[in-house]
Amino acid sequence: MVVSTVLEAVRSTLDEALGADDSIFIIGEDVEAGGVFRATEGLNAKYPGRLIDSPLAESSIIGISIGAAHYGMRPVAEIQFADFIHSGFDQLCSEASRWCYRTSGSANLPMVVRTPWGGGVHGGQHHSQSIEAYYAHMPGLKVVAPAFPADYRSLLKAAIADPNPVLFLEHKRTYRLIRQEMDGAPAETRIGRARVTRQGTDLTIIAYGLMLHESLAAAEELAKEGIDCLVVDLLSLLPLDVGTILESARATGKVLVVHEDTLTGGFGGEIVAIIAEHAFEHLDAPIRRLAGPDIPSMPYHHAMESFFMPDRTKIAAAARELAAY
Amino acid sequence: MTVAKTRRVRSQQPIEDYLLSEQQLEEMYYAMLLARRLNERMLALNRQGRAPFLIAGAGQEAAQVGAAMALTRGTDFLAPYYRDLGMNLVLGMTAREAMLNLLAKRDDPNSHGRQMPSHWGNSERRIVTGSSVVTTQLLHAAGIGLAAKLRGDPIVVMACCGEGSTSKGDFHEALNFAAIHRLPVIFFVENNGYAISESNEKEMAVANVADRARGYGIQSAVVDGMDCIAVYQNVRPAVDQARRGGGPYLIEAKCYRLWAHSSDDDDSRYRPKAELEEWTKKDPLKLFRDRVEADGIFPRDDLDEIERRVEEEVRDAAQWALMQPDPNPEDALGFVYKEAE
Amino acid sequence: MTSVTMPQLGESVTEGTILKWLKQPGDRIALDDSLCEIETEKVTAELPSPFEGTMGAILVPEGETVDVGAPLCEVDVSAAVPAAVPAQNGAVAAAGSWSGGPMAIPPDEAPAQPEPALPAARAASPASAARAPASQSRPEARERFYSPAVMRLAHEHAIDLVNVSGTGIGGRVTRKDVERLINARTAKAAATPAQPESAIEAAPAAPAARPGGSGAYVTVTLSPTRRTIAENLKRSNLEAPQAWTMVEADVTGLVALREREKARFQLQEGVELTLLPYFTAAVCETLRDFPNLNARWEGEELRQYDSIDIGIAVASENGLVVPVLHGAADLSVAGLAKRIADLVQRAHARKLRIEDIEGGTFTVNNTGSFGSIASKPIVNYPQVAIVTMERAVKRPVVVANDAIAVRSMMNVCLSFDHRAMDGLDAGGFLAALKRRLEAIG
Repeated sequence: MVVSTVLEAVRSTLDEALGADDSIFIIGEDVEAGGVFRATEGLNAKYPGRLIDSPLAESSIIGISIGAAHYGMRPVAEIQFADFIHSGFDQLCSEASRWCYRTSGSANLPMVVRTPWGGGVHGGQHHSQSIEAYYAHMPGLKVVAPAFPADYRSLLKAAIADPNPVLFLEHKRTYRLIRQEMDGAPAETRIGRARVTRQGTDLTIIAYGLMLHESLAAAEELAKEGIDCLVVDLLSLLPLDVGTILESARATGKVLVVHEDTLTGGFGGEIVAIIAEHAFEHLDAPIRRLAGPDIPSMPYHHAMESFFMPDRTKIAAAARELAAY
Repeated sequence: MTVAKTRRVRSQQPIEDYLLSEQQLEEMYYAMLLARRLNERMLALNRQGRAPFLIAGAGQEAAQVGAAMALTRGTDFLAPYYRDLGMNLVLGMTAREAMLNLLAKRDDPNSHGRQMPSHWGNSERRIVTGSSVVTTQLLHAAGIGLAAKLRGDPIVVMACCGEGSTSKGDFHEALNFAAIHRLPVIFFVENNGYAISESNEKEMAVANVADRARGYGIQSAVVDGMDCIAVYQNVRPAVDQARRGGGPYLIEAKCYRLWAHSSDDDDSRYRPKAELEEWTKKDPLKLFRDRVEADGIFPRDDLDEIERRVEEEVRDAAQWALMQPDPNPEDALGFVYKEAE
Repeated sequence: MTSVTMPQLGESVTEGTILKWLKQPGDRIALDDSLCEIETEKVTAELPSPFEGTMGAILVPEGETVDVGAPLCEVDVSAAVPAAVPAQNGAVAAAGSWSGGPMAIPPDEAPAQPEPALPAARAASPASAARAPASQSRPEARERFYSPAVMRLAHEHAIDLVNVSGTGIGGRVTRKDVERLINARTAKAAATPAQPESAIEAAPAAPAARPGGSGAYVTVTLSPTRRTIAENLKRSNLEAPQAWTMVEADVTGLVALREREKARFQLQEGVELTLLPYFTAAVCETLRDFPNLNARWEGEELRQYDSIDIGIAVASENGLVVPVLHGAADLSVAGLAKRIADLVQRAHARKLRIEDIEGGTFTVNNTGSFGSIASKPIVNYPQVAIVTMERAVKRPVVVANDAIAVRSMMNVCLSFDHRAMDGLDAGGFLAALKRRLEAIG
C-alpha cells in the first residue's frame, strides 16, 4: 500500500513518462536541480539530457515547447509559479490554443504546461494567484486542476498522452499536505470528468484544488449538525463535466460553488450560469458562490491572507445559510 | 541617508585616485555595512520563525552602493530589484523602515504589508515600485526617461536587475527603446553568478551581459562589482553623460551572491563549496575596509566605531519594528483604485 | 521565564541535534548571542537568542535530538527590556501551519487539522465584504414564496401549496417539504385501496415512498366545470409548446389618471373604474399592430382574425370562466369598463350565454387582483397568446439621470404558443404594450 503526497504523485508520473517515451522532455527554470518545489528531484541524474534548464523567460518556455511539439516531441514544460505565466499568455492564447484549429487539424501540439498555483503559503501578490479563469476561456487549450494524488497521477498521464496543449494546475499548498493511499484509490479518471467525492442530500458543494479539501472538511463538520452535503471535485475546468454538475445540482436543489480565485469573473460564474440555465426548475435556493474578495489577489501579511482565503469555516457558514433557506 | 555624528569632521574634497571625498567614503562604508548587518539580523529573525521570507543582497553591497551614490538624490529615479537594499539605504531608507518591510508591518512605506519583503517602492524618494515578475521594471525606467526627455528635465533613471533578468524579453525591449530614443537610462546589471541555481552559462551564450550593448547601439562597461570605489568611478561618468543627453548606458557589475537565493533556498544543492570560499575572500566589506585602512584614509578605530554604531542601529531597528502594529486584516480591501480628487 | 524552542533550519527539516551549548545557566545573554550549535540533516548552525536576559535551565543536553518546536532551554527575561518583545510568531503558524515563504518546503505535514477559526464575525463570505453586503434572506413571512423547484413539484404532483407548511426561513415551503408530502401521499396511496381519482392525471409518481408520514385527507370530487377546465388546460399544455416572457411598465401616470377619474366615473356610469379597462384598451390597440397574436387554431389551420375579441378571465366560485368582449377594439375605456362589469356580474350569477363564452381571439387575465406580481398563465386553447395584468406596486426605481424615484410598477406577463409566433413577435407586442401603458396619463 503506497501512500503518496501530491508532489510524489507528480514526480513519479514524470519519472514513468520519461522512462516510457523518449520523445518526452522537461523544460523549465531550475528543473535540472530538481525545481524549487522538488517536483523534478533526481530526474536529471536518472535521465541525463532529458531535462533542460531554461533561461528566465516564460514566453520562451512556452514558445520553445510549441516548436518542439510541432516537430513531434512531447514537451512537459514547467512554469515556476502560475503567477508568472502571464508573460507567456500570448504564446498560449495566440499560438498554442489555435494551432490545430487554424490548420484544420493537420498540425497539433502534444504539450503540457505544469505550474504551481494557489495561496496559503505567505506568497503575497505574485506567488499565490489562481489563473484558471483566464485559461479555461481558451478553446483549443485544456485545463485541469486535480485535488487528490491519485487524480494528479492519472490526469498528468492523460495530459502527457493528450495530443492537445494541456495546462496542468498543481496547488502548491497541497504538495506535501495531501496524501493518499494509491492502491484502492478511485478509478483512473479522464480529462473532462468531475467526481462526486461525497454523497449528500441537503446541499451540493462544487470545488477544486485546495478548496475541495476544505469543502470536505466543512462537510464533515456539518454532518454532525445534521446537514448532509454532496461534494463535487470538479477536476477538469476545460472541458467541463456539465453532466455531473447538473446532476448534482438537481439532486439537492441548493448549490454552493467555492473557489479561491477572486469572485468577479472567476470560474465559478460559469458553473453558476450553467446550473441556472439548465436546472432552473430544480433550484430550491439561489445559487451561492464563495470566493476571494475582489482585490488584486492575496496580500502577504498572514492575517490579510487568511482574510482573503475561503476555508472550511467560511464554507460551513455559507452552507448552513443555504441549508436553512 | 545621514551617518550619525562622527568623532571627526570629514573632508568634502575629492581624494586623488578615489574621486570621492572622505565624507563620501564614510557614507559608502556605512551604507554597505548597514545593508549587510540588516540582512544578517533579518536572517536571524527568519531562522527564529518571526519573518517568513527573506531575500538578501549579501555580496552585492559594493555594486549597489557604488552605483547609487552616483545618482543625485531627490532628482534621479531608481527602479531597483529585490536585492537592492543597499541602494535604498543610499537613497534615504532607514534601518527601521527596512525592518518594517521585512515584517510586513502596517507602516512599512514600501507596501504596508501587501507585497513580500524587498519589494521596494517610495514615491518621495523616486524609487519605483516593483513586483516579483523580474525585468518589467526596465521598461518602466525607459518610460520615465522618455517623459523626462519630453519635459526637458535633466534627470537620470537607474534600472537594476540581476543577470537572470537579462534573458527576459523586457530586457531586450527596454534597451532597444531607450537606445532608439536616446534616453537617460543607466541599465545596471548586478551579475552575481546565479539565477537561483542556474549559473551564467545557462543564462547566456556571451561572456558578459555588457557585450549585448553593441547590439542595441549603446555604450557599456564591465566593472568589478566587489569594489565599491571602482563601481562608483565607472557609474558616475555614465550618469553624468546620460544627464547631458548622451543616451543610455549598460553597466555590468560582476559581483557574487554570497548567500542562497532566498531564505527558502538551499544553495548547497548546486553551489560548489570551493567557489563560495574563493569569493568570500573578496567580500566587498572586507575589500573596502582593507583598502581605506591601507591607504590611510581612515584609522582603524574610526572604522570600528562605524561598525559599532551600525550594530546599535540595527539592534534598535529590529526591536522597534517588532513592536510596530500589524495591518488589520480588513486593510486588504483598501486602495484597489485611486480615489478621484 | 521564557523558553527557546528548536527552530526549523531549512527545508524539510523536522528535527535537530544539540551539538554544543555555548551558554550556561546564569550567563548574561544579549539579543542574538549564540546559545548553542544545532545540527540537522541539511546544515549545522548556531541558534541566535531571541531574547535578552539571563540563561536559565538547559532542557536538552548535548548530543540529544529533538523535534522542531521542542523547548531547548529557558531564559529569564524579567530583568531586561523584552517584556516588550513579542513571543515567537505563532501567528505565522495560524495561517495553515505554513512556515517560511512560498518556496519553503515544510516537513511532511499531518493531514490538515481544523484550524482555529478567525472570529465568527469573519465567517461571512469574503465576497460580501468586498461588495455591498449580500442580502440575507429576509426573516419576514415567506410562506407564499415558492422556488422553481417547489413550483415544479407542486405542478407535477397536483399539490395545492396553500396547504403545505414550510420549514425554510420565514416559513418558506422548501423542496424537501414538498418531497415529504409527496412521499407521504405515495405511501398512503400504496397502502390504501383505490379512491375516486382526481380528473387531473398526476405526473409520474414520486420515487419510492418513505414509510411514516401521516395526515388525514379527503378526496375532492370534481364538478363538470372543473373537469372541462382541467381538460382544456391539459390540452393546451400538451399541444402547444408555450413560452413565457415579461415586461415591467411604469404605470404611475395610469394609476394617477384612474384616481382622478374614478369618483366621477362611479357617479356617472354606476360601475367601478379599475385599471383593467385601460389595460384592455391598450391591449386592443397593440393587437392591431401585432395581428399574429390575435389568432386561433382551427384544426391544423391557424387563422388570424380581423375582429379583436378579448376574453377576460374571471375567477368565480364555480371555477375559472373566460367571457369574451366581442369587438373590444371598438369600445372606449368607459365602454370596456361597463361591458367588463356586466360580464363579471353575470359570470358570478351563472347567467352567461353561449355567445358570451365562444370565439375569443386573445385573453387578458387580471392576476394582479390576487396580489400577484408575476404569473405564468396557460394559453387559452385554441388561442395563441394570453397576457396578464399583474398588480401595480410602488417601488423605488431608477429614472432619468440615474436618480431614484418611487413609481408604480406593473409587470405584464405573456405566454404564447411558440408554433404560431416567435419571441420577436411576443417581445415586440409586450414592448409596444408597455409603451402604451407608460404613455397613459
